[in-house]
Amino acid sequence: MQMNENKEFEPLIVAFCCNWCSYAGADLSGTNRLNYPTNVKIIRVPCSCRVNPMFILRAFQRGADGVILCGCHPGDCHYTSGNYFTRRRMTLLFSMLDFLGIERDRTRVEWVSAAEGAKFAATMNEFTEAVKKLGPNRRLEDLRCRKQ
Amino acid sequence: MQEAIINKAKQLLADGTVDRVIGWKKGEFAYDITPAVFGSAEEIDADFVYDDFTSANVSKYLVKETKKEGKVLVFLKPCDTYSLNQLIKEHRVDREKVYVVGIPGGPKLDIEKIKAKGISGILSVKNENYTLKIETIYGEETMPFSEAILDKCASCKSKKHVVYDELIGEDGEVLESNRFDMVEQLENMTAEERYNFWREQLSKCIRCNACRNVCPACTCEKCVFDNPTSGVENKAASDSFEENMFHIIRAFHVAGRCTDCGECSRVCPQNIPLHLLNRKFIKDINSLYGEYQAGEDTTSRAPLTNYTFDDCEASIVHERGVE
Repeated sequence: MQMNENKEFEPLIVAFCCNWCSYAGADLSGTNRLNYPTNVKIIRVPCSCRVNPMFILRAFQRGADGVILCGCHPGDCHYTSGNYFTRRRMTLLFSMLDFLGIERDRTRVEWVSAAEGAKFAATMNEFTEAVKKLGPNRRLEDLRCRKQ
Repeated sequence: MQEAIINKAKQLLADGTVDRVIGWKKGEFAYDITPAVFGSAEEIDADFVYDDFTSANVSKYLVKETKKEGKVLVFLKPCDTYSLNQLIKEHRVDREKVYVVGIPGGPKLDIEKIKAKGISGILSVKNENYTLKIETIYGEETMPFSEAILDKCASCKSKKHVVYDELIGEDGEVLESNRFDMVEQLENMTAEERYNFWREQLSKCIRCNACRNVCPACTCEKCVFDNPTSGVENKAASDSFEENMFHIIRAFHVAGRCTDCGECSRVCPQNIPLHLLNRKFIKDINSLYGEYQAGEDTTSRAPLTNYTFDDCEASIVHERGVE
């Protein structure tokens, strides 16, 4: 989380992108000169299935205001079935975060293929706006990690 | 019942069917009964107990006991047999090395509920026609049996033994329980109310790890919370994040494997309703991926190690329930 000169809230977004589809999709959106916000910090993972629930909680702990997980479309996983497992896990995890009263719009799963540079940019723009509206993450932050 | 169980244990020890017995033994007080391993008829005569306070699920002890020489006799209540079945399914317990005697289930008593009535100095508790006669150092007290039963027994899901070699008493049926009522109540609150509820509950956590240690589904030899370099240990008191993280991850690691035995809440010294987190996962799994009861069989695939092509997307969480 950071404040710019106009004191407008700038969220920190962590995007976990799978190596085979979404990371290449992000690359494509760059080579196509499409804009997406600098708030988004991409972390490359071998497969969306590599992301365990702790990664997501740790991101929130260390100051993320929103976490988005991008992977190959169901059926297109480089490892055949990884993203099917991701889908179940993340559905349950997000449901649990919601159950604990943590704003559910801070988390999202989106399928982005290597050919969808435009979708990647659009998704990131939209997600950043949504998190900006929510304001800083207070319910799942670690005060010891706050940078001020 | 205690006599029948003790006779059965001694008989099986004498004819060489088993070498050790897992049961319950007396503690310092009449109500603090602990699980124990017995090796001989003399030990059983001296200490073995079975009464309204033997609520501990002893199936987890089989993980270690079956690694030793010889066969182990274990007495399991219906809810405990689900835990054992789940352990067999995950290859944590060798079925060949266990002799299971199914015994009737609860309801069992919660000493905290008796103490909450202001009754102290308890010497013994007797159940006479569903009225508790409580002998204390200050004289005798009475209270209705139904007001002192454990929460986990109040929402019992099944009286049926799913795995056993023989039974003492009759086998029961799977029950219609109201176990998801409280989860539903919470789901119908606003996000802020839910957040406040859980903050109030989880901030009581002293990170004693009792919930993890007692859980029959938590059998990893190396636990993510024991990693000395991760810095997660002993930090519950220092930040709300650690409390949330511990309980989310603990519940997530047993999601799809939790049989809802309710031991986590029973052992919590701070009375945090931890079973609600597990039940939330069970309820979600039932509604999103089809009815599933962990431990019911040893062949089906657990929901989180399985998938279908047309599973719902994670965005379903954003579309339903109260904001």
